[in-house]
Amino acid sequence: MSVNNEFRPKIVAFCCNWCSYAGADLAGTNRLQYPADVKIIRVPCSCRVNPMFILRAFQRGADGVILCGCHPGDCHYTSGNYFARRRMTLLFSMLDYLGIEKERTRVEWVSAAEGAKFAATMNDFVDTVTKLGPNRRLEDLRCKN
Amino acid sequence: MNRIGVFVCHCGTNIAATVDVHRVAETLGKEPSVVIAKDYQYMCSEAGQNMIKDAIREYGLTGLVVCSCSPRMHEATFRKAAASAGLNPYLVEIANIREQDSWIHKDIEEATEKAVILGRTAIAKVQLNTPLTAGESPVTKRALVIGGGIAGIQTALDIAEAGFEVDIVEKQPTIGGKMAQIDKTFPTLDCAACILTPKMVDCAQNDKITIYSYSEVAAVSGFVGNFSVKIKRKARFVDETKCTGCGLCTEKCPQKKVPNEFNLGLDNRRAIYIPFAQAVPKVATIDPDYCNMLKNGKCGVCAKVCGAQAIDYKAQDTYVEQQYGAIVVATGFNPINIDAYDEYAYSQSQNVVTSLELERLMNAAGPNGGTLLRPSDKKHPKTIVFVQCVGSRCDDSRGKGYCSKICCMYTAKHAMLIREKYPDTNVYVFYIDVRTPGKNFDEFYRRAVEQYNVHYVKGQVGKVVPKSDGNLIVYGSDLIEGKRLVIDADMVVLAAAIEPDKSARSIATMLTASMDTNDFFTEAHPKLRPVESPTAGIFLSGVCQGPKDIPETVAQATACAGKVIGLLVKDKLTCNPCVAHSDELMCNGCSSCEKVCPYGAITYEEKGFRQPDRTTKMRRVAIVNEAVCQGCGACTVACPSGAMDLKGFANKQIMAEVDAICL
Repeated sequence: MSVNNEFRPKIVAFCCNWCSYAGADLAGTNRLQYPADVKIIRVPCSCRVNPMFILRAFQRGADGVILCGCHPGDCHYTSGNYFARRRMTLLFSMLDYLGIEKERTRVEWVSAAEGAKFAATMNDFVDTVTKLGPNRRLEDLRCKN
Repeated sequence: MNRIGVFVCHCGTNIAATVDVHRVAETLGKEPSVVIAKDYQYMCSEAGQNMIKDAIREYGLTGLVVCSCSPRMHEATFRKAAASAGLNPYLVEIANIREQDSWIHKDIEEATEKAVILGRTAIAKVQLNTPLTAGESPVTKRALVIGGGIAGIQTALDIAEAGFEVDIVEKQPTIGGKMAQIDKTFPTLDCAACILTPKMVDCAQNDKITIYSYSEVAAVSGFVGNFSVKIKRKARFVDETKCTGCGLCTEKCPQKKVPNEFNLGLDNRRAIYIPFAQAVPKVATIDPDYCNMLKNGKCGVCAKVCGAQAIDYKAQDTYVEQQYGAIVVATGFNPINIDAYDEYAYSQSQNVVTSLELERLMNAAGPNGGTLLRPSDKKHPKTIVFVQCVGSRCDDSRGKGYCSKICCMYTAKHAMLIREKYPDTNVYVFYIDVRTPGKNFDEFYRRAVEQYNVHYVKGQVGKVVPKSDGNLIVYGSDLIEGKRLVIDADMVVLAAAIEPDKSARSIATMLTASMDTNDFFTEAHPKLRPVESPTAGIFLSGVCQGPKDIPETVAQATACAGKVIGLLVKDKLTCNPCVAHSDELMCNGCSSCEKVCPYGAITYEEKGFRQPDRTTKMRRVAIVNEAVCQGCGACTVACPSGAMDLKGFANKQIMAEVDAICL
């Protein structure tokens, strides 16, 4: 497999307000580097992420989507991350069936104290998606400028 | 037509050093619907805020985007500024170009490009924002304190002092906690009981404080200002209102072989017991695991001797339901189980004890009446070895990664007290570092070394081998001298790490309060909001938030009470307006949303809808109780018809953000 060095992936990261977004902030406070390809969307809880948002991201040309929430049992809303986990399990296997490799989608639990884990996760995810190359599946060229 | 204003903050050089802020403002200024884009050194300063306010008035802005630090930091500041200039505060969006851009990237080109994209994303979202009005909810003027140690006691006393009702829930039969077990306190060497027990009595006598001892929190519902808590009062088989605490039953009970948990199992108590002489409430409790009457119906001695007729063998657990405005967590700590540390022979020899056990052995009310005798043969120990950091600062799975903070000081205290009382005793302390940050702490430690000649050895103990005569051979290394040490010791004392009480996790789950990986409760902000949980209405007091000594615990407990009082004096609280909302025209009443709602905020109602043929048809639709909804958004995804949406984080808004990022 040839790796295109020029390729920079588009990564959308959904982060819950209570744990993962705070974890991302902590990564910043600790000056932990991760690629600028990751753009974070803040949501109140990982269970707010509708599968439609993820499909939309791929339709618009995202190369990878990652969803971060509180650790199981630590959800600010008690059970939101369990809903997210079930929904994403279904969605990701469907996306895999449609040809979007499982490596392009990920759910990760990052607490507000885990800045280092956030940065490490993003580095690893960007690396994985970069190796896979650009995503063409589901991409709707009519949505492109 | 939207009229958006964009303001880019330099944050001194925090942002400006890696993001070309002028270029960001210039590029974003060209976006459709942006009417003004400016950059400024400190957007959060008064001058910066005035710049925003002036622009709102001058350009008649319908939306505001601030590219600055995390919204967790200054969203509230900019919302307030917008509101004071007449713009609805929920028409403000923050693009996080500090924590999530300038601080994590080094390349100016890359960081600037990302800042522009994040700015665009915020612009895309803010155009779809709707003005929201925060509702109000009343505040129940009563606080609950979970845990009756020194932290809980101090918080409760301070809240009661301000005139509010406080309930303390304590799982043990008495309040007092760990401090009641301690002999003397560093660095002043006052007796712990002498300073703690008056506070315990104050709690009992304060008519604003209700103590639920031998009780546990069973369930919590509600939200800040309006918590509803179910308290389980475990059956103590003694009527608290009748028992006078005379203690006759505890002398006559024939079941004498019950390990006394107050003395950490170093001696025995009866099946009916009062934990210690100064217990509050001073009421006997029957231990159902050991009581012959409860186990096989044969005995009944305590009921016969009780003049107050307080014994009730048929008592059952009861439940109390109570409303609270605020909840304080003061669940405290325990030393870790050190059975995994085989090398120190804790489980093999009685003469290897933990520091807390040593406190009891030295305490005047302890098993030896205050004379230090080693447990195996009650002989006076001549050589004592202290081992520091047992399970603290540990890099394997047996212990904890953090410093337990109090061990250096209490070991210096123990060493000093022993040398003071028994000058013929040799005392060795093996340490990694001696940490003495605290008022008069280093002076105290130096006194132990210089005045009391305690042998401090920098190094670790590799192995403790018990001998048949009860003595222990301690193999250690002295890192400074660079040599191996072999000490024939009479006793070994282990400074076991401390960990949060086991009940903390289940309490955190009930309160939806967050914890770190060590099960310490997380504070809302590590520096600026140290006594509040990120969950509104939950406050933290004492070691449940992190290791600390008594003065720090009391300081935090009082700070925590201050925050609670600040909440309870309010008559109304503003609610988060970012709540779910159901479009009744699209809702088909399927109940999907109700099933996923963790707060029971969704109910259904039969509503009449006018049909095209002018008849009215009744249909079942979902109604969200906005005071109860916390805005997680679980229902929005569960809704098959797309009727349910979340204000402030609407489907359209998040879609617009996705589009802006992917373009």
